[in-house]
Amino acid sequence: MIRRIAPGWWFVAPALTLITIFFLGPVIAAVGLSFTDFDLYALADPNAARWVGFRNYTRVLHEPLFWQALRNTLYFALVGGPLTVAASLGAALLVNARALRWKGTARAVFFAPFVTTLVAVAIVWRYLYHPKYGLLNWLLGHVGIQQIDWLGDPRWAMPAIILMATWKNFGYNMLICIAGLQNIPRELHEAAALDGASPFQRFRHITMPMLAPTLFFVVVVTMIGYLQLFTEPYIMTGGGPLRATTSLVLYMYEEGFRWWRLGVAAAIAFLLFILIVIFTIVQRRISPRSGV
Amino acid sequence: MSASRSQRDRMGSIALHVTLVVFGALSLLPLLWMVSASFMATGEASSFPPAVIPHHPTLEHYRDLFGRLALGRYAFNSALVAVVTTIAALAINSSAGYAFAKLRFRGRDQTFRVLAAGLAIPVQVAMLPLFLLVKSLGLVNNYGGVIIPGLASIFGIFLVRQYALAIPDDLLDAARIDGASEFRVFRSIVLPTIKPVLATLALWTFLATWNDFMWPLIVLSDDYKYTLPVALAGLVGEHAQDVELMMAGAVVTVLPVLTLFLFLQRYYVEGVTEGSVK
Repeated sequence: MIRRIAPGWWFVAPALTLITIFFLGPVIAAVGLSFTDFDLYALADPNAARWVGFRNYTRVLHEPLFWQALRNTLYFALVGGPLTVAASLGAALLVNARALRWKGTARAVFFAPFVTTLVAVAIVWRYLYHPKYGLLNWLLGHVGIQQIDWLGDPRWAMPAIILMATWKNFGYNMLICIAGLQNIPRELHEAAALDGASPFQRFRHITMPMLAPTLFFVVVVTMIGYLQLFTEPYIMTGGGPLRATTSLVLYMYEEGFRWWRLGVAAAIAFLLFILIVIFTIVQRRISPRSGV
Repeated sequence: MSASRSQRDRMGSIALHVTLVVFGALSLLPLLWMVSASFMATGEASSFPPAVIPHHPTLEHYRDLFGRLALGRYAFNSALVAVVTTIAALAINSSAGYAFAKLRFRGRDQTFRVLAAGLAIPVQVAMLPLFLLVKSLGLVNNYGGVIIPGLASIFGIFLVRQYALAIPDDLLDAARIDGASEFRVFRSIVLPTIKPVLATLALWTFLATWNDFMWPLIVLSDDYKYTLPVALAGLVGEHAQDVELMMAGAVVTVLPVLTLFLFLQRYYVEGVTEGSVK
């Protein structure tokens, strides 16, 4: 009897082959690469690359720019993540309100920024943030706020990028929050209302506790996504001013693809990976329901 | 008593709708301004107080983009890459997702667990060796280098698997008893049943490919091969002062995906909620 290959393997073979060659393989190769001095010369002749042990890691960890990029990235993720989810929750409560008409339209309006091309809207926001001609400063001028040099001031550049990212991304988590809100049994609200609980009390004592696991999960997932910040600073600030918006991925990109120090860049990529693993572990530890 | 109650409800409803209009307007403002500024005369968007509506609407920037700056070329590249990726990704991920859900074979669950673990790895970790691989395959500055690495998607496989789990085994077995091959079962029974999730997957893949920036930026070095986002990023370097021109470029880039979303949003939304309860 000829041993047949189970048909299931034929069905998964193309996907598995591609994922192995173009994703899992390179991930493993990245470990090796991070222990070599692969650079511009090695690009021409791969044999020129030598094994250097942990030298790339010690070099990166002694580089002030690495620590600044790490701080910037954490700033973006730790502030931007919760802010985005707060906006998502607000929008979800609004769209889910029983008295609201045009629910479908409202949902589409809030979701629209998420589907747009990041490069294009980052360019739009560059002009919205213009200190003199930008719409944002003009609007703020009406409520008495002085001109802010959003992208030119090191203190404001990261908040500006966070604000833009919040606008771009809140619609996605809004959909998840709406699904979560709809899973809360209506009887709970009705019973509480009968007992005289105000809408705010019901939000605090029913909606929030019931939604807390979803919110926590969504905040951490958003933060993990935000740790990979790249396009916004690349387009809006180039990582400046004074490196205030250089993220880990932008730093990795510059080392790897501008200066062609691929060994060093791979070490940065791996340090980012460790950071993401830490976030993932925290998330799995704290919320029991999120395991796949 | 009941009159004041209904009056309060009315006030609440008005407040609710006003809030909605204010936040909806804020949410759309950047996009509306983008469209408006793209029709302004050169220099008009750089005035104080800011111009909101074009004084004399003009198409000159669109003409400039498609004429002198050859934006049509980049739009074609983007469309080509996104369409090819979408079609191939549909075939690859739907068959794998179905097999992981419904076919039994040795090592299936272990393989699936490895993929699940892979979901946690950021793509940037793979990017540097991937570039070297693509380079050694001669695919740098080639559409293939942009398309092939992104074809198989763990997320896509998950999405299809989740949906295919609900197909009744009896339905598949009945066809097998009638003598249909596994491939025939997949094509004639499975694919028609999972159509909605295929629509979701197609839409997600198309939009993600169209919007992608970092990988095409790395792989494509020749101006002629740029996709729209890469071309736009290059353009803003040279033409940062031409606000109106840049806004027209942004409109051309965003309009196709926004239109697709508006017509097919049902499928998009299902993808989000499916994915989140995996």
